[in-house]
Amino acid sequence: MEIFYSLQEFMTYSKGITYLIMGAILILMPLYWLFLTDRDEKKETY
Amino acid sequence: MGISRRKFLGWFGGLSATAATAASTAIAGGNHHFEGHPDTMGVLHDINRCIGCRKCEEACNTVNELPKPEKPFDDLSVLDQKRRTHADVYTVVNQFKIGNEKKHVHVKKQCNHCMEPACASACFVKAFKKMPNGSVVYDESVCVGCRYCMIACPFNIPAYEYDNAFSPKVTKCTLCYPRVQKGLLPGCVEACPKEALIYGNRKELIKIARERINKHPDQYIDHIYGEHEMGGTSWLYISGTPFSEIGMREDLGVTSAPELTSGPLSAVPIVVGLWPVLLTGIYAISKRKDKVAEEEKAEAVKAAENAADEEMKKQIAKIKQDAAKDKEAAIKREVKNALDEAAKEAEEKAKAAAELTETADAAPEKKEDE
Amino acid sequence: MMERPSRISIKPMITPINVVLGIILAIGCVLTVLRFTGGLSVVTNLDDNNPWGIWIGFDLLCGVALAAGGYTTSSACYIFGLKRYHSAVRPAILTAFLGYALVVLALHYDVGRPWRLPFPIFWQQGTTSLLFEVGLCVFLYLTVLFVEFTPAAFEWLGFPKLREKIVKLTILLTILGVVLSTLHQSSLGALYTIVPSKLHPLWYSGYLPVYFFISSMFAGLSMVLFEGSLAHKYMHDKMDETHLRESEGIVLGFGKAASFIMAGYVAIKVIGLSVDNNWHYLFTGYGAWFLLELIGFVALPAFVYAIGVREKNIRLIQRTAVWTVLGIILNRFNISLIAFNWHLPSAERYFPGWMEIAVSLFIVAIGIVIYRFVTTHMPILYEHPDYRSDH
Repeated sequence: MEIFYSLQEFMTYSKGITYLIMGAILILMPLYWLFLTDRDEKKETY
Repeated sequence: MGISRRKFLGWFGGLSATAATAASTAIAGGNHHFEGHPDTMGVLHDINRCIGCRKCEEACNTVNELPKPEKPFDDLSVLDQKRRTHADVYTVVNQFKIGNEKKHVHVKKQCNHCMEPACASACFVKAFKKMPNGSVVYDESVCVGCRYCMIACPFNIPAYEYDNAFSPKVTKCTLCYPRVQKGLLPGCVEACPKEALIYGNRKELIKIARERINKHPDQYIDHIYGEHEMGGTSWLYISGTPFSEIGMREDLGVTSAPELTSGPLSAVPIVVGLWPVLLTGIYAISKRKDKVAEEEKAEAVKAAENAADEEMKKQIAKIKQDAAKDKEAAIKREVKNALDEAAKEAEEKAKAAAELTETADAAPEKKEDE
Repeated sequence: MMERPSRISIKPMITPINVVLGIILAIGCVLTVLRFTGGLSVVTNLDDNNPWGIWIGFDLLCGVALAAGGYTTSSACYIFGLKRYHSAVRPAILTAFLGYALVVLALHYDVGRPWRLPFPIFWQQGTTSLLFEVGLCVFLYLTVLFVEFTPAAFEWLGFPKLREKIVKLTILLTILGVVLSTLHQSSLGALYTIVPSKLHPLWYSGYLPVYFFISSMFAGLSMVLFEGSLAHKYMHDKMDETHLRESEGIVLGFGKAASFIMAGYVAIKVIGLSVDNNWHYLFTGYGAWFLLELIGFVALPAFVYAIGVREKNIRLIQRTAVWTVLGIILNRFNISLIAFNWHLPSAERYFPGWMEIAVSLFIVAIGIVIYRFVTTHMPILYEHPDYRSDH
């Protein structure tokens, strides 16, 4: 674990990880939606 | 496998140790206050001692190998104009006339090396970094030249090589980072003949400044500029003249740049987390509504069809009924006709017979009447 | 590929508009050479106190806000299920894509080393910067818009299978587009949250990101209305019956939406005044300017929109759209140029040079030329006969 002496350092680190998590969310959410609605009646897409 | 008790305890110890460090750093996000690196160095500028000799400017120009200015550094007429830092000028001394007195106050201006630098907070390629020794340094090799650091700097310090077409840089004082690494003093501090600049550990400098103010309350204003401004700076200033009268803004506040932007920055991941849910929800609802509407429409059509069927049936039934009625009527009529005819025939027969008997009976009857 | 001779109009090449466009493009090419050989100082009035001029204030801030029609229209149609707006989606996506592409082009002029523009995304990420957020989102959203736009190009080029694949992604792309738009529209406003000491208190607010996001909505809607009226004037022959039939409903619907969002915007601006207790600034010169912006260019057009909607006055709504767009430009100029550095003496303030303005016009002119090319060749304002009602 790094030791942070300034808010700037801390935010660089924490926001860096948060951005990676955001990327993961954007990929996982649609997949989860597909899983959730997989057995619904087939509906027409646009 | 057999995990020994000792090993287990060892692991446990390791776990709790990580937990402890994690806790200490995780607190950082909460209400933790960052004090800066303990080795942060800085410069105390005692404005009362500055005589405006421009020796610091000259030293800065030399140690940073900057181009020589048009007017030499011993030409003090440049002090008549208010100046700021530029691409090839990392520090300037400005002169202020105070009141009606012929008193001149000189103030040196350069990068203040913030504890939480706005330029570093604003830079989207991490070109700026606050070093453990307090210097805020700039890495030319990644700079895109967007100039957001210049927008962000509350002291208007970073400058830009606007006339450089191919490799324009942002430039500013480095607190002589290369020299300090070699164990030398910053150029300006070394050159100052009046000890108006003192280089040292920032915490020590604050103590010195406080001492001077306490010792000579008549000579100094009770404020160390840079102790808290914009979250604090490595450069500290004490003065006998109010700072706002010598070109130093006192309305900057104490909130550091990363704090100012932390709100909007923290909204970003929340939007990423919740917008897909919200929007998919709205989409699903509108889709469902469409579906329901479609079903209702289909049902309505079916109902209409059914209603039509019913009507048809009724009509057919009616027609049938009518037909039946007609038939019945026709039969009745026929029967009646037949009966009538039969009756007529019978009547006629009876009449004829009656006529016959009448004529036969007529004579005797007449006889009887007479 | 279908040749549709009826839709390809034979217009004389030398029209006043073409001549003006030609002159602007020629001047722009010369200035481009000057910019990239002599540096920013040759073509701009920027200096160390005023590092951002109209290339940021107009090309970036206004460009992005006015390209918001892409996400507002596509989300209205695909997410909120307002399918009667369908014929507005393609022109809106096209203009959004062009708008963002031009924003990125304009940034190449403004930044010092444009070839390093990918650095913040792929090389070293300055995650504490709101400009990083903007850069990342603009990059991703430009990609999304490009993909959203490809079906039209595929119809034109005749790749039905590829088109089919992309069309299946519509909802995903639309939602991603709204997420990214929310983020970078608001982050453009949040860029200025770092400078409470430089931006006038009437414009500085903790709500800046919200203001930018909300105003981008009615900016986008108004821009769709404005472009629609222009397209009707100059591209009428390219439109099919569906487009023409739906256009009145679109004008009324968008006018109504814009009007109400603007009312909400006025409300949150007043809340901002109250929260920061900035009332006393209203009685200064900047206060009058602020009220001109808020009342003259938001509240009034919102009200006129409402009249237009109530009276079903299409012309009035279209003219109000221009008014609203001007209001957005005024707002972005106020924040980036006029109320920025307000404490500096007037001698140290920035005013754009003619060459900066010419470069901005040059970039707009490029947009118009490409828009005309695309709408004359690809099925934007009409549905391709092979893919009709297939969306």
